[in-house]
Amino acid sequence: MPAQSVDTPTTTSRPRTERAAVRLEGVRKVFGDVEAVAGIDLEIDEGEFFSMLGPSGSGKTTTLRMIAGFELPTAGRILLDGEDVSQRPPFERDVNTVFQDYALFPHMDVGDNVAYGLMVRKVPREARALRVEDALRMVRLQGLDRRKPSQLSGGQRQRVALARALINRPRVLLLDEPLGALDLKLREEMQIELKRIQQEVGITFIYVTHDQEEALTMSDRLAVFNRGRIEQVGAPADVYERPATAFVAGFVGTSNLLRGAVAEAVVGRTGMFTVRPEKIHLGEPGASVGADEIGALGQIRDVVYVGPDTRYIVALDAGADLVVTQQNLATSSTEALVARGRAVRLVWKREHCLPIADLA
Amino acid sequence: MTTGRGTRIALSIVSALILVFIYVPIGLIFLYAFNDAASAAWPPAGLTLRWFAVAFANTALQQAFLASIVAALGATLLALTLGTLAALAVSRYHFFGRETVSFVVIFPIALPGIVTGIALLTAFAQIGFPLGMFTIIVGHATFCIVLVYNNAIARLRRTARSFEEASADLGADTFQTFRYVTFPALRTSLLAGALLAFALSFDEIIVTLFVAGGVKTLPVWIFQSFRLNNQIPVVNVAGLIAILLSVIPVYIATRLSADDDVTGARG
Repeated sequence: MPAQSVDTPTTTSRPRTERAAVRLEGVRKVFGDVEAVAGIDLEIDEGEFFSMLGPSGSGKTTTLRMIAGFELPTAGRILLDGEDVSQRPPFERDVNTVFQDYALFPHMDVGDNVAYGLMVRKVPREARALRVEDALRMVRLQGLDRRKPSQLSGGQRQRVALARALINRPRVLLLDEPLGALDLKLREEMQIELKRIQQEVGITFIYVTHDQEEALTMSDRLAVFNRGRIEQVGAPADVYERPATAFVAGFVGTSNLLRGAVAEAVVGRTGMFTVRPEKIHLGEPGASVGADEIGALGQIRDVVYVGPDTRYIVALDAGADLVVTQQNLATSSTEALVARGRAVRLVWKREHCLPIADLA
Repeated sequence: MTTGRGTRIALSIVSALILVFIYVPIGLIFLYAFNDAASAAWPPAGLTLRWFAVAFANTALQQAFLASIVAALGATLLALTLGTLAALAVSRYHFFGRETVSFVVIFPIALPGIVTGIALLTAFAQIGFPLGMFTIIVGHATFCIVLVYNNAIARLRRTARSFEEASADLGADTFQTFRYVTFPALRTSLLAGALLAFALSFDEIIVTLFVAGGVKTLPVWIFQSFRLNNQIPVVNVAGLIAILLSVIPVYIATRLSADDDVTGARG
């Protein structure tokens, strides 16, 4: 069976390098009486673009800060390249961070900001100048080295922060919601830019975000955080197509849950199931249901027109609401909107109806 | 404002009277420093600079002036070091008794000078420590620390911690981070605190009287010379100098920390 088989239930096994770039073993962090991180085991490979996805307060940023060394774990071990760094200060770890607020030193110009890591490590001035020039070229900010951070736009500051963090050529780059402060257009530009830079430098990127789309489009693998724990680790397609828990199903994409009596009536089995909105076909009440398909009768309760596709909220006769997304290939908005109240039959392939664990 | 016209006029008159009450005596010192007569009698006999020459030639006054400068510089330096360290500890580290430390550092400014004076004198006497310039500096530093501490902590609260984290992240050790990141952010607030501390120490007299031993600072000299009639013009000149050396630093400090809270000086 190939390593990336879609039949693997929750996580994908990837070809492992002999040593993980970052390894977390039973890492916990308690602030006062709040358990921010409740025991995490994780392995991140060399050169991987790895995302930590989760809502605010899920422990993803605390985990990142423990890898950087800004917080020390209450329990557990953090290994960088096989070496235990759990108790070491940030300046003795071969990782660098891009901060959410960029944290560019306001009293230094762009050149001095980028050169900072080399300056404190006593790299000679001439060598510094060359590397600063290289770094600024990589983030496409040549010639701006004499500007003050206050004279830059948000996107430019982001690039300076990136250049500054990469100048020490760390083994791992940590990014804490780096695109959070940018507007949508710039965000999308920077997403592509970040991927390009990561491929160029070949450094392991650990990327913290609460934006599931960002995590899905950028990562090689991602971990979904919830309440201080990891609910699922896997490639984007795995996590999206085969959510392991109800939380993952809901956080990554739209949650379409069938449970209890509804599950028994529709799926014919007990347990909890999820089905992605775009996998469901919306048909006439009399539409046929194949042997490998599941069908359910219902009524369109609401219609949300979103441009390229339309979202139908269907109240099943069995008792739950399901969201169905249909591309507007031949439908106009007016046609879509009059569908409200219409009786329908939902049909989807049995293989798209996934059993999930209910941890919540 | 919903005050009536009559109330407003009354308030303006009272305010004006208060300002006159405060500033006319200070104005008189200025005026009499240039008065061409040996006694402070109204009206001034004429304008002259000769009292400045007399004052500058007075060795006791010279020594007192020098003593005040040394005491103020010493107290400021001590306050800068301890105040900055205390502010860093309280704002950047979590430790047991943090709130208490903050209170203990600020408390001396509220303590009456007479109490500070008695307490210090008693303590120095107990351990048999000789009184002199050093005890003056220590005595002044007890309340000068507050000015540095309050200015520094206000600035630290407004400076994001991520600057220091970024510095450590990029490989700077604790001292490098202080030197290249924290100190530059603190610089103007420390200067403001130092200037206020200097001004406060320069004209301090109550604590000084207790712990000075034989040393005469400028305020002590003025206080003692004021009773001697023939010294009055010289005292006025000395008063003028004391005012300038207190007002100028406070003015600069206020400008430096225009957007910070400047702690009002006592005395």
